[in-house]
Amino acid sequence: MLNRFTVYFNQQTSAVPLSVFRIGFGLMMLISIIRFWSYGWIEKLYLNPQFHFSYYGFEWVKPIGDWTYLIFIICGLSALFVALGLKYRFSIILFFLSFTYIEFMDKTTYLNHYYFISILSFLMIFLPANAYYSIDNLIRKKQYLLIPRWTIDSIKLLLGMVYFYAGLAKINSDWLFKAMPLKIWLPSKYDLPFIGENLMQQSWFHYAMSWSGMFYDLLIPFLLLYKRTRLFAFVLVVFFHAFTRVLFPIGMFPYVMIVGSLIFFDANVHYKIIGVLRNLLKQFNIKSKSIVTQTFSYHYQKQVVTVLAVFFIIQLLMPFRYALYPNELFWREEGYRFSWRVMLMEKRGYANFKVVNPEKGTSFYVDNTDFLTSFQEKQMSTQPDFILEYAHYLGKQFKSQGHEPIEIYVESFVALNGRRSQPYIDPDVDLLKQYESFKPKPWILPFKDEIKGL
Amino acid sequence: MIKKTFLALFLVVLISACDSDDRNSNSQNDGFDRSAMLVNWADNIIIPVYEDLNTKLQDLAVQKDAFIAEPNATNLENLRTSWREAYKVWQHAEMFNVGMAESINYVFQMNVYPTNVEDIQNNIQNQNYNLSSVNNNDAVGFPALDYMLYGLGDSDAEILEFYTTSAEANNYKTYLSDLTDRMKSLTQNVLDDWKNGYRDIFVENTDNSATGSINLVVNDFIYYYEKGFRANKFGIPAGNFSPSPLPDRVEAYYKSDFSKTLALEGMDAIKNFFNGYSYLNRNDGKSLDDYLEFLNTIKEGEDLSMIIDNQFDEADDKIETLNESFAEQVQTNNVAMTETFDTIQLAVVFLKVDMLQALDISVDFVDADGD
Repeated sequence: MLNRFTVYFNQQTSAVPLSVFRIGFGLMMLISIIRFWSYGWIEKLYLNPQFHFSYYGFEWVKPIGDWTYLIFIICGLSALFVALGLKYRFSIILFFLSFTYIEFMDKTTYLNHYYFISILSFLMIFLPANAYYSIDNLIRKKQYLLIPRWTIDSIKLLLGMVYFYAGLAKINSDWLFKAMPLKIWLPSKYDLPFIGENLMQQSWFHYAMSWSGMFYDLLIPFLLLYKRTRLFAFVLVVFFHAFTRVLFPIGMFPYVMIVGSLIFFDANVHYKIIGVLRNLLKQFNIKSKSIVTQTFSYHYQKQVVTVLAVFFIIQLLMPFRYALYPNELFWREEGYRFSWRVMLMEKRGYANFKVVNPEKGTSFYVDNTDFLTSFQEKQMSTQPDFILEYAHYLGKQFKSQGHEPIEIYVESFVALNGRRSQPYIDPDVDLLKQYESFKPKPWILPFKDEIKGL
Repeated sequence: MIKKTFLALFLVVLISACDSDDRNSNSQNDGFDRSAMLVNWADNIIIPVYEDLNTKLQDLAVQKDAFIAEPNATNLENLRTSWREAYKVWQHAEMFNVGMAESINYVFQMNVYPTNVEDIQNNIQNQNYNLSSVNNNDAVGFPALDYMLYGLGDSDAEILEFYTTSAEANNYKTYLSDLTDRMKSLTQNVLDDWKNGYRDIFVENTDNSATGSINLVVNDFIYYYEKGFRANKFGIPAGNFSPSPLPDRVEAYYKSDFSKTLALEGMDAIKNFFNGYSYLNRNDGKSLDDYLEFLNTIKEGEDLSMIIDNQFDEADDKIETLNESFAEQVQTNNVAMTETFDTIQLAVVFLKVDMLQALDISVDFVDADGD
């Protein structure tokens, strides 16, 4: 067993797939940042709101006024440098830090995709993605054709894990036996050409999409790994992501996943991609130089492998942390994030906050639009940690206006996956006396139904 | 081989899912005729409401001219009657903030209250004002007329003095005239826009996007229900958003015994729109109630449109029990007012949470990415 380990970690493989991956990743991220900026989202999401929802323990990560643009510039430039393979290690570290900082500025914008980018870029810090076809090769006047096989496998593992866990999360009674939330989402796409008025309205189609989505997510990593099904799997990947792109506003993610899946292909395919790039660059009179080839070896392979092993163990366990909390995960959302639970819920809420002066017995309601953007209000009204953080913010605001003593209560209702709305937070609990922690939140009212599944 | 097996498996799942379901529901869902719903909204509700409002405001202008020519008690009473009739119709128009109404900020130039007496007095003294300015939103429209017709003095004789013997009588008459004419011309413009092209644009835009007509009107409707109706008419005067009640924030404060009439008209307008009742003859056309019922046939959920309708009726009954003057209600028995507010509030949850979930319409227009 131990022997097989050492053999595996000494195996070498072509460096080309990882280099193509690096170029694709860098370019995709650069485009993402430009796209984000051009839509005015930096202003809309990070500069305009007067209040930002923070991750527990990361309250110090905030937008920094107009300097926030600088973070995006750093993030975009470092992505470009990663694509070029210029000062790769430094650039990927900078990218990881700036991108993660951006994601931590406000959890309103949390997306599994963003989290995926963060941990993928963290993983890439440890990989020799600039071994081949990078500017670093020119500077150092050496390149490597072979790198340890586990480096490429680690990316395959991460990608496969994302798919597989997303598939596991779909094994629940709402998704499979009620076709929820697709049953709500698909009929509302009635304005799609050709299929909007007919296919999208059919119940069987909602079920078919739910079931095939689950099978797709569970099986695709294996179909990509296995050589004989690889091409077929890739066609599925393209079809699936193109289709979801048409249906849902999911931004750059489908393209990132399509480009990312190329890593599963043999070096030959990647040589061809590099060939296309070379021809493209020739148009601009940039010719490739011949560089001395050396054998790559890690100085500290053992340490690196240990760090990554810990990283993967955490990743494998994280999605199951919800088991430490009482039911129902979809309702309480304790341990919901960072777990590849994608598109599983249609959740809407309404939260009406009441500021009470217990001495005078007076009270008044808060107009949420005075403090939050509509996007923030939407996210806040369905997630307990948002509700708590917002209540404390309101407490601070009203105390500074001279209202004291005060207590803050919330009357809130949430509808989940087509069920009728139900009371969400205990209206008799003064939220100012509750504090954020990793412990279960006893003031979330129980869910009056059951969703069976993983 | 594996390829084929997988493909076959995939097809089996598809076909079996299709098979079993067709047997359960023999009705085919061929989509809901959203265009018919928009036609009903436009032709049987929105345009007739604007037409009626326009007629009422024309009458208001005629009465205003008569009053200015001869400011006496009879003409004042005629003008007031005209104002009340127009104000009632306005309750049916306020929720539709689309098309030109939205682009010219129509609602904000017609019914922002409490009206700002100081601004009105400044305008009257200075004679130099731009009524379309945002700063004058609280010095124009129905609430400003409320003050000009009922609030200038304690008795009708006192009020008439401002238009007759007062040194600034001409200024008062001019301001009264300008206010009325502006309301009339704004409404005429909005109506003309609907009749000259916007109606077709509106009806054809059935997209489910932030700019689609259904999304716009549904969001307007909910916004009106929550803010224009629930908060402005009930919540704010009852002190739901302040440490104590604010009786001077009621609609039609100076004509004090009119606030309940207006609120009931508003409730009526809300029910009519939700159920698609034609403004002129109350014929039942396609609207949100039918849309929700259609979606229910897909989801097999609870009958949401009935739940919402019942909640509206309950709110209506609660409003009926209130004093004609909400200002008085708030001062004598505010509990009845806050209870009414709570009943109205329950429907906010149904509309904003349950209905929007069923319709899959988003309330926020931040087009950020989703998961």
